[in-house]
Amino acid sequence: MARLDRPLIAVLVVFGLLALVPVYAVAFQQPFYLSLFARVMIFALAAISLDLVLGFGGMVSFGHAAYLGVGAYAVGILAYHGVDSALVQWGVAILASALVALFVGAISLRTSGMYFIMITLAFAQMLYYLAVSLKAYGGDDGLPILKRGSLGPINLASNVQLYYLILGFLALFLYLGHRVVRSRFGRVLEGAKWNERRTIALGIAPYRYRLVAFVLSGTVCGLAGALLATLTTFVSPSYMAWTRSGEIIVMVVLGGISTLTGPVIGAVVLLILEEILAKLTIHWMLILGPILVLVVLFARRGLWGWIVGRHG
Amino acid sequence: MIGRILALGLAAGLLAQPAMAQDKVKVGFIATFSGPGGVLGQHLYDGFMLGVDHVGGKLGGLATEVVKEDDQLKPDVGLQVAKSLVERDKVDIISGIVFSNVMMAIYKPTIDAGVPIVSANAGPSPIAGAQCSPMFVNTSWQNDGPHEAMGKHVQDKGFKNVYLMAPNYQAGKDSLTGFKRFYKGKVADEVYTTVNQLDYSAEIAQLRAAKPDAVFVFYPGGMGVNFVKQYAQAGLIKDVPLFSAFTIDATTLDAQGDAAIGTFQTAFWAFDLKNPVNDKFVSGFQAKFKYMPSTYSAQAYDAALLIDAAIKANGGKVADKKALMAAMKTAKVDSVRGGQLKLNTNNFPIQSYYLLETAKGADGKLVSSNRGVVLADYGDVYAKDCPMK
Amino acid sequence: MDPLLFLTQALNGLQLGIMLFLLAAGLTLVFGIMNLVNLAHGSLYMVGAYLMAAFQGWTGSFVLGLLLAVPATLVVGVLVELIVLRRLYDRDHLDQVLATFGLILFFNELVRVIWGPAALFVSIPKALEGTVVIVPGAPYPIYRLAIIVVGLAVAGFLSWLVTRTRTGALIRAGAANRTMVAALGIDIGLLFTLVFGLGAALAGLAGAMAAPLLSVESGMGDGVLILTFVVIVIGGVGSIRGAFVAAVLVGVVDTVGRAFLPILLREIFNRSVANAAGPALASMLIYLLMAAILAFRPRGLFSVRNG
Repeated sequence: MARLDRPLIAVLVVFGLLALVPVYAVAFQQPFYLSLFARVMIFALAAISLDLVLGFGGMVSFGHAAYLGVGAYAVGILAYHGVDSALVQWGVAILASALVALFVGAISLRTSGMYFIMITLAFAQMLYYLAVSLKAYGGDDGLPILKRGSLGPINLASNVQLYYLILGFLALFLYLGHRVVRSRFGRVLEGAKWNERRTIALGIAPYRYRLVAFVLSGTVCGLAGALLATLTTFVSPSYMAWTRSGEIIVMVVLGGISTLTGPVIGAVVLLILEEILAKLTIHWMLILGPILVLVVLFARRGLWGWIVGRHG
Repeated sequence: MIGRILALGLAAGLLAQPAMAQDKVKVGFIATFSGPGGVLGQHLYDGFMLGVDHVGGKLGGLATEVVKEDDQLKPDVGLQVAKSLVERDKVDIISGIVFSNVMMAIYKPTIDAGVPIVSANAGPSPIAGAQCSPMFVNTSWQNDGPHEAMGKHVQDKGFKNVYLMAPNYQAGKDSLTGFKRFYKGKVADEVYTTVNQLDYSAEIAQLRAAKPDAVFVFYPGGMGVNFVKQYAQAGLIKDVPLFSAFTIDATTLDAQGDAAIGTFQTAFWAFDLKNPVNDKFVSGFQAKFKYMPSTYSAQAYDAALLIDAAIKANGGKVADKKALMAAMKTAKVDSVRGGQLKLNTNNFPIQSYYLLETAKGADGKLVSSNRGVVLADYGDVYAKDCPMK
Repeated sequence: MDPLLFLTQALNGLQLGIMLFLLAAGLTLVFGIMNLVNLAHGSLYMVGAYLMAAFQGWTGSFVLGLLLAVPATLVVGVLVELIVLRRLYDRDHLDQVLATFGLILFFNELVRVIWGPAALFVSIPKALEGTVVIVPGAPYPIYRLAIIVVGLAVAGFLSWLVTRTRTGALIRAGAANRTMVAALGIDIGLLFTLVFGLGAALAGLAGAMAAPLLSVESGMGDGVLILTFVVIVIGGVGSIRGAFVAAVLVGVVDTVGRAFLPILLREIFNRSVANAAGPALASMLIYLLMAAILAFRPRGLFSVRNG
């Protein structure tokens, strides 16, 4: 096959396999795989959103789990108060995470490098502690959602329909992500990452581009959080623990940074690897830890680089 | 390239496992095994497995398989392993579960799928109250019990001005509310600290300045080790006696060391409760696992005994889950607590709570020993909200 | 507000700050000189505490335990540097975050495999047990005073090392301009290993000293790692002086905030609102402090060079 087609074929194969999961699950009566891979795809969506700021914007956000949490809590709190339209729930989740990302981004983007890493972490920690102290919404114990929202003709209570909806979101945002990074906006963003001075010399203020990218990213991550809450019918502060932010970074780098598709594969591999290793031994982190180190040391372009080969 | 993707797919395919056979019972055991909370999971699991062992390795006389899963103390992972146990491993019962947030996540999806839960630890108040279900049984305690018992003890002892401390989360707030349900004296102050706080010097200085005549705290796990050591080092333990629940027990005593000497706790169980089931449990546990069992091990042991008795009472059948759960209510189980396990209308135990005092045992090791009943045959306040009768 | 109580709390804050400084000093040097974001610094702190527990158990002595645990942590640190971290100096921060995140998982599980899942115990030496009265009416634990003394001694030693010695001159030069030091014909690899070893030993010292106060358990380094990062970011990455000032600032703000913020809020709001908001605000206080400082000084209080 032509080398240029490899990325496209790889994407089609991955999505083809993901689309077949429900078929396998129904045919072999293993519905468990639906929820497993639905969760995997939600984290893949979060990883794509992070890749936009991390890979293309060069902004190492160590607090992306916060948007996952904001999106999830928007759904949980609305459901708790009897609002069961999924459109409203997800809409509010998107709006809330956009606002939080705007606020955090506006302050954090004044810093860079290590300072940026830590200030994004600090904001995520604040939101985490806020969620823990929300006694009315379960605090640390979390907030169960009695039933999934309603969405017109789509029955979200059906795991298969929810699965395909999430798959659709994933494909849509992967496509939109590619459009964004290839647009002028995306080129300016990436240009500012490599050569900030030159960008400024061209009369472009990188701050505004970065802020827009940051808000976009937080918004998509918030949608992922809303989907996670819908899937698990539960929200909890642990959705925004700092280790969770670390795990999303792991997915991006493991899959291949600045590729958008790589993080999808990173999410699939990391979560499935956890599942397999946890079956083998309770000390699975003793194995996973060194694997991450090895990936950094020897697979610099991530799994995506390995799949599409040198010319991908 | 496609080969590489297929390789990943095949690795995922390895997850698939064969379905179960008939005439056996399969228990899914979910607990936190990895990370800092892992020690509780270990105590719980060892207790449960000893219980299985003591009924001849066959719960209810059926071939028994226990599938162990780690929830990593993340509710969404807990839900995922619960689904895998229900849908892939086709377990008959789910047991274990250390933490309330994991329980809240798996509770409804699991019982809605028709699989009963026999909780060996977590018992959050919504499940004891309005959201109770015939598909759920708890063999430990409702969260409030030990705090209420301690409130009563402190009240009975005539303390008039008590300082209260707990972490700033749901269980912490429930704990102090439970304490105050029975303690009617003055509250010197009520302090909520950050979850997993390391240093308590600021709070201890405030406490000293408030000059209370006793202090009650709820600090489970590592927080309890930090607090108790720092409290003892501040030299306060002689002047202001330390009362607690879930703060000093067999899972923390080794790390607290002498700092815990002279403190008082309440619990539904003590290693030296005198009854034949407990004797067998404690000696069997120490012989097999070479460490001291905790309340966690004791209640998980009872969970295994309860499942065993219910299956036997149900004629050795596990297919009809409703009948099995009904049998849990009527089954006769000799508990480590002494006498038979009694379940309230909300399927939480009705039991006595004891005062324990921590001191050096005959062999020089620290133990918390029974100092008598504080609350006898006590249920919980949430049962009245539970629609089951 | 009782001024004596305030003084006591300031002392408590100083002690917490000094503890944080021991961790922050090593981390800020490693970042300043090698440009390495080392999330595994908290793991070295944990390893120090575990080794302290092991050596104290073995020798029966606190002092011997400390004397063995600190160099042993240094050795662990140097091994980690030689095997993994030195390959990461030329990488971007992201690779470093990922690899050292992997190291955290590894070490957290390794201590559980070696020492079991239960927390370990470390006792205070007999001579440092008990309390002493500094502020009237508020006996202060002698052991905590000892931590302050050791921390100040380390701060003095580091200040001397960095400003008065040839090694220090190289460290400062390395923090400001790495290529220049290499151009002077200095074995930069050796310098890096030495600095990392020093940082590891300081983390080990902090862990070993904290062991009698805290629960020695898997994951004990994670929470303190975040606090340490807050400190070095506030202080300005690479600056020892900044780390010291910021550590004390964070220690005092955190302690005083925890002690008095809920009381203050009760003066303003009714009791139930204050009881709900007070602890939540107190736990966010240092993050608010950091966000506020970075909003006005994006490179911290004492920036050495571009972060």
